[in-house]
Amino acid sequence: MATTTMTGSSTRTTPRRRITKPLAVVGLLALWLVAWSLLRGQDMLELPRATLTDLHHWLNDVNDSVGASRNSSPIFLYFFNEIRAVMDALVTFVQGLIAQPAYGRPVPVLGWLGVVALVSYASWVFANWRVALLAAGGFTLFGLQGLWQESMDTLALTLVAVFVSLLFGIPLGILAGVSDRFHRLITPVLDLMQTMPTFVYLAPLTLVFLIGPASATIATLIYAMPPAIRITAHGIRSVPAPPVEATDSFGATRRQRLTKALLPLSKRTIVLGVNQTIMAALAMVTVAALIDAPGLGKTVIKALQTTDVGTAFNAGVAIVVMAIVLDRVTTAASVRAEQGGGDLNPRIRRLLLAGFGLVAAFCSYLSYTYLWASEFPDGGQLGEYLSQGATAVTTWAQQNLADLTAGVKDGVTIMLLNPLEALLAESPWWLMGAVIVLLAALIGNLRAAAVAAVCVGLLVGSGLWNASMITLAMTLVATLLVVTLGVVIGVWMGRSSRVDRVIRPVLDAGQTMPAFVYLIPVVALFSVSRFSAIVAGVVYAAPVAIKIVADGVRAIPESTVEAATAAGSNTWQTITKVQLPMARQSLLLATNQGLIYVLSMVVIGGLVGAGALGYEVVAGFSQGQLYGKGLAAGVAIVVLGIMLDRIARAAAQRSDRAPSANQT
Amino acid sequence: MRTPALHGRAEGAEQRPGGVGIMSTDTAVQPRGQVNDHQTPVISVRNLWKVFGPNADRVPGSAELAALSRRELRERARCTAAVREVSFDVAPGEVFVVMGLSGSGKSTLVRCLTRLIEPTAGEVVFEGEDILRADKRRLRELRRRKFSMVFQHFGLLPYRTVVDNVGYGLEIRGAGRAERIRRATEVIELVGLDGYEHSYPDQLSGGMQQRVGLARALAGDPDVLFFDEPFSALDPLIRRDMQNEVIRLHRQVGKTMVFITHDLSEALKLGDRILLMRDGNVVQAGTGDELVGAPADEYVRDFVQDVPRADVLTLRWIMRPSRDADQLDGPELGPGVIVRDAVRTVLAADRPVRVVENGELLGVVGHAEVLDIVAGNQAGA
Amino acid sequence: MRSFVGKRVLAGVSLSTVAALTLTACGGSKIESTDAADSGDCGTFTIAINPWVGYEANAAVIAHVAETELGCKVVKKDLKEEIAWQGFGTGQVDAIVENWGHDDLKKKYIEDQKTAVNAGSTGVEGVIGWYVPPWMAEEYPDITDWNNLNKYASLFKTTESGGKGQLLDGDPSFVTNDEALVKNLGLDYQVVYAGSEPALIQAFRQAEEKKEPVLGYFYDPQWFLSEIELVKVDLPEYQEGCDADPEKVACDYPVYDLDKIVSKSFADANGPAYQLVDNFNWTNEDQNLVARYIAQDNMSPEEAAEKWVEANQDKVEAWLPQS
Repeated sequence: MATTTMTGSSTRTTPRRRITKPLAVVGLLALWLVAWSLLRGQDMLELPRATLTDLHHWLNDVNDSVGASRNSSPIFLYFFNEIRAVMDALVTFVQGLIAQPAYGRPVPVLGWLGVVALVSYASWVFANWRVALLAAGGFTLFGLQGLWQESMDTLALTLVAVFVSLLFGIPLGILAGVSDRFHRLITPVLDLMQTMPTFVYLAPLTLVFLIGPASATIATLIYAMPPAIRITAHGIRSVPAPPVEATDSFGATRRQRLTKALLPLSKRTIVLGVNQTIMAALAMVTVAALIDAPGLGKTVIKALQTTDVGTAFNAGVAIVVMAIVLDRVTTAASVRAEQGGGDLNPRIRRLLLAGFGLVAAFCSYLSYTYLWASEFPDGGQLGEYLSQGATAVTTWAQQNLADLTAGVKDGVTIMLLNPLEALLAESPWWLMGAVIVLLAALIGNLRAAAVAAVCVGLLVGSGLWNASMITLAMTLVATLLVVTLGVVIGVWMGRSSRVDRVIRPVLDAGQTMPAFVYLIPVVALFSVSRFSAIVAGVVYAAPVAIKIVADGVRAIPESTVEAATAAGSNTWQTITKVQLPMARQSLLLATNQGLIYVLSMVVIGGLVGAGALGYEVVAGFSQGQLYGKGLAAGVAIVVLGIMLDRIARAAAQRSDRAPSANQT
Repeated sequence: MRTPALHGRAEGAEQRPGGVGIMSTDTAVQPRGQVNDHQTPVISVRNLWKVFGPNADRVPGSAELAALSRRELRERARCTAAVREVSFDVAPGEVFVVMGLSGSGKSTLVRCLTRLIEPTAGEVVFEGEDILRADKRRLRELRRRKFSMVFQHFGLLPYRTVVDNVGYGLEIRGAGRAERIRRATEVIELVGLDGYEHSYPDQLSGGMQQRVGLARALAGDPDVLFFDEPFSALDPLIRRDMQNEVIRLHRQVGKTMVFITHDLSEALKLGDRILLMRDGNVVQAGTGDELVGAPADEYVRDFVQDVPRADVLTLRWIMRPSRDADQLDGPELGPGVIVRDAVRTVLAADRPVRVVENGELLGVVGHAEVLDIVAGNQAGA
Repeated sequence: MRSFVGKRVLAGVSLSTVAALTLTACGGSKIESTDAADSGDCGTFTIAINPWVGYEANAAVIAHVAETELGCKVVKKDLKEEIAWQGFGTGQVDAIVENWGHDDLKKKYIEDQKTAVNAGSTGVEGVIGWYVPPWMAEEYPDITDWNNLNKYASLFKTTESGGKGQLLDGDPSFVTNDEALVKNLGLDYQVVYAGSEPALIQAFRQAEEKKEPVLGYFYDPQWFLSEIELVKVDLPEYQEGCDADPEKVACDYPVYDLDKIVSKSFADANGPAYQLVDNFNWTNEDQNLVARYIAQDNMSPEEAAEKWVEANQDKVEAWLPQS
């Protein structure tokens, strides 16, 4: 179903140019249906759950041999162990500062008062007083929720992961910004780092870097570093040419060109990269808790064991608040980085800097010395209320909404998901593979078809073809829902800034709330099913798509919309004839990002009944003898992602060229 | 070696009425405000090529490819020749204008001169040294000490104050902060921006921003200033101010200037000599009155058609040989006097004005000749 | 204008903060340095905490005793089984205090790598099987016999089970032969993997509340059984060796003797903490009690352990090292 919709849209965009193309696509789909009805159920390459292929066994052996060599191999003795030591020391140091008893004290060096004061002060210095107030409020909230120490542990780990990510990410990003070759080289590596499910590398990490802060930090930074690299490179690449050319014209050396022009001019974008790195690091908080990472993630996981939605929600709120505070502060800092100093007179500002600096230092001193300023006072009942509220809402929802939601689930599953899955998974693999490659060639280009062919080969080779197709069906349905939501809500937000203001925080929460928190409510509403997995994916992916569409609609020049209104268009016409077509690039980007985000939730889906690849990855993490299979499933997810991404991009490129080709 | 395009092309002008021999322009045209005879050129460009695209190197060497039109070249070799076999000399202290419409290759040409764009073939000799052979270090040295450039989009650094922008070139060459500020303050005053030293570029108007660009270029005390359409982004009034500013500065500091523009009136106003480009080729080169008075081909003629000729042409272009009937005791003017400046004298006199150079009578100008021009008749067209 | 307001706000905030701090700072107790913990001859004792409440109950009680009676410094590490076992090899885990079978891991770490040793039974018996919610056992009394399962298969149909009855499985960490069982017993069922314990629990809870049919894999001891007493379906009785070939299994799961595994070096050192782990032994009822404190009464594991230990001093006495 989703496939036909995709080709349908390409039909619309290239109406005159190649009348044969849509026909070819329709013809291909018709042929496929006929072949499917004849050959259904043959060569599906199903692999029973406990069965392993040679590849899976081999991967197990590799994993074992790594473990066996850890006490003898020089790589371990002189490289991994050193890295671990440094990482452990860093995390322990920051924890000692703000989170854990250290240096012979029963409490950390800085207590809550000092942390709140310093964070607010830093927010004011680097951004503005509004976000400073937000930071102060947000951090105090952690205390009131009864989660001060957990929050600080999370903050410590996040800070170290972000620090290391930036330490390596920014230089690599700069290199990728100035060197095309390095850029081409590193892009697939970054794709891999961002789409490979964390569950796949958690266990090997503890084997290499042992159980402890080092492994947790490295797990986090594998996911958090790519945005730093990508966005820095993008920043360098999009520096406007004139100042750089001027710099060259004065005889600048390469270093001067970098330090005097490229870096200062891309500062804002790089700060945005810092922002994205922080967000990515926070997204890993819960997963890292599975290998003993301290902090809020543990609270969530523990609460999950007793199906205590309230407590999990309370901790989830703390993570969301931390994400929003850090996001707003770094965004404001990036704006400031571009605009330079605020509107204060420099002398007054210097005075205030010193004054507030003293206040912050004094608070820090108090929190170092006095118990009341060190340990957050008890009696913060807020956490209790939040937790009870969340439990009450969940209970109410599952008692009153469950019939409705079950209906939705049944409807979508029977009408959409089951037919699509039957078509994809029950076609013989060679038929399905051929259809994918031909579709890639038809709606994309030959290059996309070549990539698709390689990907089909890898999926077959992984031994998990059938599971991959089941996952693909779910992914397509979820992406369809994500794009629908993206268009509907995104256009609504794009047309009204009031709606935007109300919805945006909800989207932020949807993006940063750990999925583990809403697993149980989702199961309560949609039972253990593939649809629950789809819902989890949509909750995570829709906010991104919505935001992209909203921004795209908002970016349309006012004069264009004005012209449409002047021509007498009604609202519906304005949306369908002007705003959506003009926001086409954003729609494509939203689809692409939606897809990637949905794929990144495949593993979470495996925890609520999705089966297929997601479940295999979880199983590989849980059982040693299934490790190789889990790794293969992880790779299959990456391959699916790359395949869909490249085909979508090629299709987008082609439809981009189409209108101009019509004109000439 | 080919004859420099300048000389070859200029021959067309000889057919023009009153086409006084277009002499070797090095000496024929005296840079404004200076009297220099027989100087060696500051910049001497020979057979310069810039081709973009795969196999770009093959084009200049191949007689077959080099002869193709731009479109054919794109189809045949997937190359674009932005600059084709261009040659010219720039004399010390002159304002040399390269003019052309967009896509004519003029901006590429000026960038080739300092190798901001690497030329494909040819030579660029600066003070006796072929710049295309200079290594990186030497090239940097030249850029730091000898050249500087003013850009169409200013190329200012938004996060630096005016004084830091002006001192930027000095900073790059490693000057100390005190020296930078001293020198920057001097040139800021020179371009009339005093009082704005600590403003940021985005707080200034476009014209003021370009003054910053100008000051930045002057700060390093270069031998040659390159201007790449510096005023096309400005509105007309500001543009006129800035053109006057350049003329004033040129008088004051007397630098050699290479000036790129698409605006003919700007070219005529500023240029001692003008080189007109089209599709990467030189169409014509010469002084402003040569271009207007003796267009090399239809393209140039179209180009200069709307120029108020009285403002450009000199008496040399409109005088006629004296006839016996002429009374030769009228007022006397030099051949280089611009027609507009001579109108009053000619019309006030009741007999033809004598055009005299070094005591020799070259011709006469009467009411008819002047009115022809002022009324806008196209001579001989 | 804005800057002016900004300044005023900033100045106001800073003044009032300083004032408030100076006022409150005079009172309050100072922070004293702590002396290095007196850990006696026990030292540091690292327990892996596997992610289920019953395990947490064992670990909490052992940790509580180790800290209060033996003066150990106890470190708890939250780890899945696989990674916890891996920790024996790297010397980062001393003990796992509730192990369900895991013959593959025993072979790898105890027999092959020789980094772990068995420290005997916990006294708790683990039962794995297929369960239905109590309302079903009441409504369809013969459903607890596997022979009747096919009769009821259509009750258990869902969107996920492809027209057959649905048999819900849980967390992939747990031992399961269900796919083979369904096949070998000739059942008209499809195994659907919930993928996690919370999802499984939620499914059972909802089924009981709404009187919906569900058949699923579950295990005892589990705190959830004291919330809703699921009823076990009897499969063909387990006989020694009937599960030897995982492809051909057609019998119920064995009763697991849940045991303790410790690292080799920890055992060889034979310190007081090791002796405590070695001696530790209690019953399903004991564990369920502590688990209920944690899961349903919302106590922290430490509080729950303390409460149980206070009430069961005699049992604790028996675990302490004989000096």
